[in-house]
Amino acid sequence: MNNKILNFIATIVFTFLFGLFLPWWSIMVAAFLSALLLPLEKWSSFLVPFSAIFFYWGIQAFVISSRNDFILAGKISELLQLGGSPDVLIFVTGVIGGLAAGIAAILGRETKVLLLSKT
Amino acid sequence: MKYAKLLLSLLGTLGIFFLLNTKIGALPPLGKFLSPASGIWQNETDESISGEVMIPGLQEEVVVHYDAQLIPHVFAQNDHDLYKAQGYLTAKHRLWQIEFQTYAASGRLSEIFGEGALEYDRTERRRGMGYGADQAMAYMEKYDQETLAFVQDYADGVNAYINQLEPEDYPVEYKLLDYKPEAWTAKKTALLLMYMTKMLAGGDDDLEYTNTLRLIGKENFDLLFPDFFDVNDPVIPKETDWSFIDVPQTPSPGSEAVLDTIKETISKPNPDNGSNNWAVSGAKSSTGNPILANDPHLGLNLPSIWFVMQLSTPEYNAFGATIPGALGVISGFNQHISWGETNATRDVIDWYKIEFNQDRTQYQYDGSWKDVKVRVEEIKIKNQAAYIDSVLYTHHGPVVYDKNFKSDSEWSGYAMKWVGHEGGNNQKTFLQLNRAKNYEDYTAALQYWNAPAQNFVFASTEGDIALWIQGKFPNKWEGQGKFLMDGSKPENDWQSYIPQAYNAHTKNPERGFVSSANQHPVDEAYPYYVFNDGYETYRNRVINDFFNSKEEFSIQDFKDLHNNNDNLKAAELVPYMLETMDASGLTADEKVIYEEMKAWKFNNDIDEVGPSIWRQWYGKLYGLVWDEFDSEETALASPYTYQTIYLLKNQGDHKFMDIVETEDKTETAQDLFLLAFKEAAARLKEIKEEEGSYTWANYKGTYAGHLLQGLPAFSRFDIPIGGDRNIVNATSENHGPSWRMIVEMSSPPTALGIYPGGQSGNPGSKYYDDFIDDWAAGEYHSLNFLQSSEKTDKVIETQTLKPARDE
Repeated sequence: MNNKILNFIATIVFTFLFGLFLPWWSIMVAAFLSALLLPLEKWSSFLVPFSAIFFYWGIQAFVISSRNDFILAGKISELLQLGGSPDVLIFVTGVIGGLAAGIAAILGRETKVLLLSKT
Repeated sequence: MKYAKLLLSLLGTLGIFFLLNTKIGALPPLGKFLSPASGIWQNETDESISGEVMIPGLQEEVVVHYDAQLIPHVFAQNDHDLYKAQGYLTAKHRLWQIEFQTYAASGRLSEIFGEGALEYDRTERRRGMGYGADQAMAYMEKYDQETLAFVQDYADGVNAYINQLEPEDYPVEYKLLDYKPEAWTAKKTALLLMYMTKMLAGGDDDLEYTNTLRLIGKENFDLLFPDFFDVNDPVIPKETDWSFIDVPQTPSPGSEAVLDTIKETISKPNPDNGSNNWAVSGAKSSTGNPILANDPHLGLNLPSIWFVMQLSTPEYNAFGATIPGALGVISGFNQHISWGETNATRDVIDWYKIEFNQDRTQYQYDGSWKDVKVRVEEIKIKNQAAYIDSVLYTHHGPVVYDKNFKSDSEWSGYAMKWVGHEGGNNQKTFLQLNRAKNYEDYTAALQYWNAPAQNFVFASTEGDIALWIQGKFPNKWEGQGKFLMDGSKPENDWQSYIPQAYNAHTKNPERGFVSSANQHPVDEAYPYYVFNDGYETYRNRVINDFFNSKEEFSIQDFKDLHNNNDNLKAAELVPYMLETMDASGLTADEKVIYEEMKAWKFNNDIDEVGPSIWRQWYGKLYGLVWDEFDSEETALASPYTYQTIYLLKNQGDHKFMDIVETEDKTETAQDLFLLAFKEAAARLKEIKEEEGSYTWANYKGTYAGHLLQGLPAFSRFDIPIGGDRNIVNATSENHGPSWRMIVEMSSPPTALGIYPGGQSGNPGSKYYDDFIDDWAAGEYHSLNFLQSSEKTDKVIETQTLKPARDE
């Protein structure tokens, strides 16, 4: 398995573990840590954790919401002026989580670069 | 380079964290808000209503059965457990609402919304909302420790729920506004009751009347604002014998009104706040059992102002509508009696002009100086330093208007005398009504009730029906408190109160029914001064005519009356307008509308166009008649609808009919009919072009708005229901029958009830607004009155509340 897949999986596993005791920004800690342990190159260092959390949050949101006929998702989508579509809200949820994770992962990579150059 | 990149990515990380963790403007903190584990996705569910829950402080197990409407049926073994359970369950389904309402009551909205709410908060502080709640608490501490203990039980129940919550469990509104629930206290229940008092007895026009009197003189004032209209079908039947009353009305000291100019007054509750209730005796009932009905008309909000519960212990078993935040059932029934309220609409607010000394530490009274008390109100503001407002208190009450608030007078102010500040024991009345077995228990319960004065309707399985107008009423001299009074003269103070036993009431009247619809409580024969506080003049006549129209009444008749859309107001003016208006010069378009109006049978059903034409026509007409009152310089009162129509029909050439602007012409009522009609027709044409039609449902667009400034995503729009204000089905745009109940006094009673909302306060729950469609269609739900804690086929889930052992 290459690092991309490993990083993807690690980001999700860490998010799950940190999520047990940390609030929403557990995704940022998880992505940071994955980047430290499993560094990626160039755009991948952002895109892989982004995708991991995009899917992790998106799928969770979808599963939770589908059990309740998407009642609240539709209303929150209207509230945030996303047109009232639950799908759009789920997509936005994934993007927001993905962005936070991706940027934290870049910080992780830069930290790793610095650490490596010192040793 | 490496360091620069690191720094940049660090800044990026901190930046995105800050952006997604902070509320920016109206936008919630999006990371927190959308996180599946802690954000709104956790609210995408119904409340859990099964299993067991541990509650600290419970003495014994409490069984809670839920039926398909999500109504909790609570079976407790004692009173303390019952009110703990009520607090717990109310919080479970309505936490954000109960807390938000007490923030609103006490003038604390700036804590949530920031500076934009400061004016509102200052008004509530100066109105003495917190002061009134303090007086109620002091009363209970001194005289009624038992009730206070129950209120504390309720608080413990609410807190037991709050303490079980993790941030992900908070209602969605907390997440949206990014704050969290605080502990509930006994005083919050007192504040909630003040909120109700303000809603129903917090309106008055004394200062507007003062301006109006100054402007138009006494003769005109008395014409526009008479103490009695020429029709009066009072709450207490006219033939009532008052000879038992032996305490006279306070003699008039001959005081003069203080004719100040008041530019601006504080916000008032919606004048449409009112209600219907009625009961027929066994003899007038098709089943032989008395039947009772109640429908309080309030703002249509989500979550609804009502939460339906069954509350029982081995001693009693009550069922009906509760108000989240207060204990017991407010409008409902038990195994023996049923009761409901309408607003008695009495003038229990008066205003006094206060003259201060040079440093505003004393004020003039009875030829000498009296000390001012200062209540310092600290208003916390989100993201800002607190605002300190020092409110001066006289023996009358708080000086609401002074140089710091809506007035520029350095050395004087206006103090408010309000029965809401007197520290009553309203909670006790409901606790006692819930337990009452007969007429005697009902009257005993009422004596604790001070304000807002209510028409309490009553029926019992023993066959009695009754109606008491209960409140604490000052025994006023003739005309007292109609206008601003001189606060330095002792004779202007409230001299005494009407003894409670002399409050107007009726028991088993000969006509076989009792009813109230916010009309005049009595006729001229009642020996105390009752000021016309804007009494309703239409619904009461439709209701009473209906009950005088035949011998027997069934449940179906009651339903029909709740849903009655007859527009008596229009029926009393439209034929006269059509008959006397010169319609010869109407355009073809106007002619169509004219014919539509002619064809209308004065019925406000959803597919009629007549009600929309009437609204436009009368609205424009009212503005033209009272153009004299269109002033931005002073706050003026709006003349009554009934009296306006009376003048249009009987004094069509009165000088008020003349439009002030047109100097060369003197208009009469007939001219105004035509002018108003043409303006209305033009507007109706626009509406038709914009919206396709002006059928009543379309025109009115009834909606139930979320408590948070009508947040559209959490509101329901275009609810297809007829009616209007001054109609028995009193549904206007955002106001109407907020709870409809019909109870037949069989043994045990059988009841129907519905309200425009749902039991859950969670916009993500299917129970959030699931009653609205049935309510709009005029349908009812059977209230499943369980006779024991045994599970029946109506029960869908059961939750047991268990005493938590001390750890």
